[in-house]
Amino acid sequence: MSSTGMATDERIRKTSRLRTALVRPELGAIVGVIAVFLFFIVFAGDSGMFNPQGVLNWSTVSAQFVIIAVGACMLMIAGEFDLSVGSMIGFAGMSIAIMSVTLGWPVWMAIILTFVLCVSIGALTGTIVVRTGLPSFIVSLAFLFILRGFTIFFPQVIERRTIIGGISNAAEGDWLAPLFGGKLGAPFFTWLADMNIIATYSRGSRMGEPMVSGIPMLIVWALVLVVIAHIVLTRTKFGNWVFASGGDAQAARYVGVPVARVKILMFMFTAFCATVFATCQVMEFGSAGADRGLLKEFEAIIAVVIGGALLTGGFGSVIGAALGAIIFGVVQQGLFFAGVESSLFRVFLGVILLFAVILNTYIRRIITGER
Amino acid sequence: MSDVIHAPILEMQGIEKHFGPVIALNGVSFDVRPGECHCLLGDNGAGKSTFIKTMSGVHKPTKGTILFEGKSMSFDSPRDAMTAGIATVYQDLAMIPLMSVTRNFWMGREPVRRVGPFRFMDFKTANAVTMEEMAKMGINLRSPDQAVGTLSGGERQTVAIARAVYFGAKVLILDEPTSALGVRQTANVLSTIDKVRKAGIAVVFITHNVRHALAVGDRFTVLNRGKTLGTAQRGQITPEELQDMMAGGQEMVALESSLGGTV
Repeated sequence: MSSTGMATDERIRKTSRLRTALVRPELGAIVGVIAVFLFFIVFAGDSGMFNPQGVLNWSTVSAQFVIIAVGACMLMIAGEFDLSVGSMIGFAGMSIAIMSVTLGWPVWMAIILTFVLCVSIGALTGTIVVRTGLPSFIVSLAFLFILRGFTIFFPQVIERRTIIGGISNAAEGDWLAPLFGGKLGAPFFTWLADMNIIATYSRGSRMGEPMVSGIPMLIVWALVLVVIAHIVLTRTKFGNWVFASGGDAQAARYVGVPVARVKILMFMFTAFCATVFATCQVMEFGSAGADRGLLKEFEAIIAVVIGGALLTGGFGSVIGAALGAIIFGVVQQGLFFAGVESSLFRVFLGVILLFAVILNTYIRRIITGER
Repeated sequence: MSDVIHAPILEMQGIEKHFGPVIALNGVSFDVRPGECHCLLGDNGAGKSTFIKTMSGVHKPTKGTILFEGKSMSFDSPRDAMTAGIATVYQDLAMIPLMSVTRNFWMGREPVRRVGPFRFMDFKTANAVTMEEMAKMGINLRSPDQAVGTLSGGERQTVAIARAVYFGAKVLILDEPTSALGVRQTANVLSTIDKVRKAGIAVVFITHNVRHALAVGDRFTVLNRGKTLGTAQRGQITPEELQDMMAGGQEMVALESSLGGTV
């Protein structure tokens, strides 16, 4: 490696390829994804899980996990948590529903205002964490309750119920709504159906239409967020600041990294991701419910940890987190296809979380040389 | 050894620092010249940390003046002092173990490369410069992607010093760089200090180890209870005298004789 011609230290053992590979945060998740696919190909291969509708099904669910995992991942690398993600999803959905249905504002305006509102709440959480120096665990736990409380309170007071529907009608002809609820490549899928490459409905009102009519915007958002976040994290100056802020905030401050700004921005990004999730969900279902997004914060954190990020910050990968999210989506839907009781999904989550954390701790020791 | 032809680059005159009722520094004067290693010695609680924090812009002095390159200066933040050319390497907060050597080296000053409207970190340049600067300091990296955590304590200090020098430090403040190191690693760090000094940089070396100070120092200033006990030139003072000044005289002599040797 060295170009100076000096002798290398004879005491440094040659690192094996395995150890070098282990130090990549994504490794565990890559192995996990392969294992999960192999498992379901064997046990659910003939259940329709891998035909076009099946693939669409688990990719959509995976994409949901991916969207929130990307936000949680960037924030965790910056050294913080946000436990209010799930509540934020419910809150954002309800906000869009109340503005567009109850107040009758245009859907595009409801979406934009909701994004502004939620990202501001993210900024507020971040500012409180940075200013007070309290653990983000506690501050965001407070917001978990505050936001969920409002999400139940407002529709109760205004509409006397906790589910607000009718958003599909309101979104008819709106210019912004298709960006979240629409589908990409519909003509292509119609063509595929015409060529008899993919199946079409054989009866009912949609007879002749392809069963898979396009790629949901949810999946497009997931891909776009992963690519952007990955590039920002690994290839830019700001990405270096994110690692530094989570790795050792004090050391980063000493060399002039604006740690407070980085952390607050990551809280805002997490809120942004939660709002994207909520908006896509509301546009798909046509309604907002006060219980939406329950437990999502933990699922996001688990996906990130499976993806190789350290809970203590400063180390992790967006690609890893996305793979962790895919493991989630595939297992959750795969158990359904394989006809296994779905409550076992939670057992799986717990077990895999434990394994991932143990593996990560081991990897951390390799990197930092601790014993 | 020291060419005392240069005027001091940094002069601290009659510095006082009070924290509420506590007088941490009570009129400390100190200066350092380019190409010189000025050791600041003192026992724990002597005010060394407060003093270097005043020098590096973390604290503002309650009283006294700071002259940098002959001009009166008032630093509002460590960033200000750094921009002026005063870099501080802290004992334990120098490096982030989980990040690569390159990422640590360039932290806060990442080189960027434009691609259309986007700006990316220029890893090619960053890696090349890091390898080169580390080699100059006598450290062979396996790869610039190597995590700092895999380096020894002495090597980490060296990365931090190399970084400060590369980014144009005129005054380098080293806060107890050798206190947590083994014999061999200490020797490496001391030889790094020597290289830096020969490159014409003013080095302020804080330590409570007399032997480390005498190995590289040109001048020695001892702090005790917030005051300077005087500055000595190299060759004008013995290790025993320095040790006694640091510890505050009589008690130490009694203690040393009961231990039967130099502490």
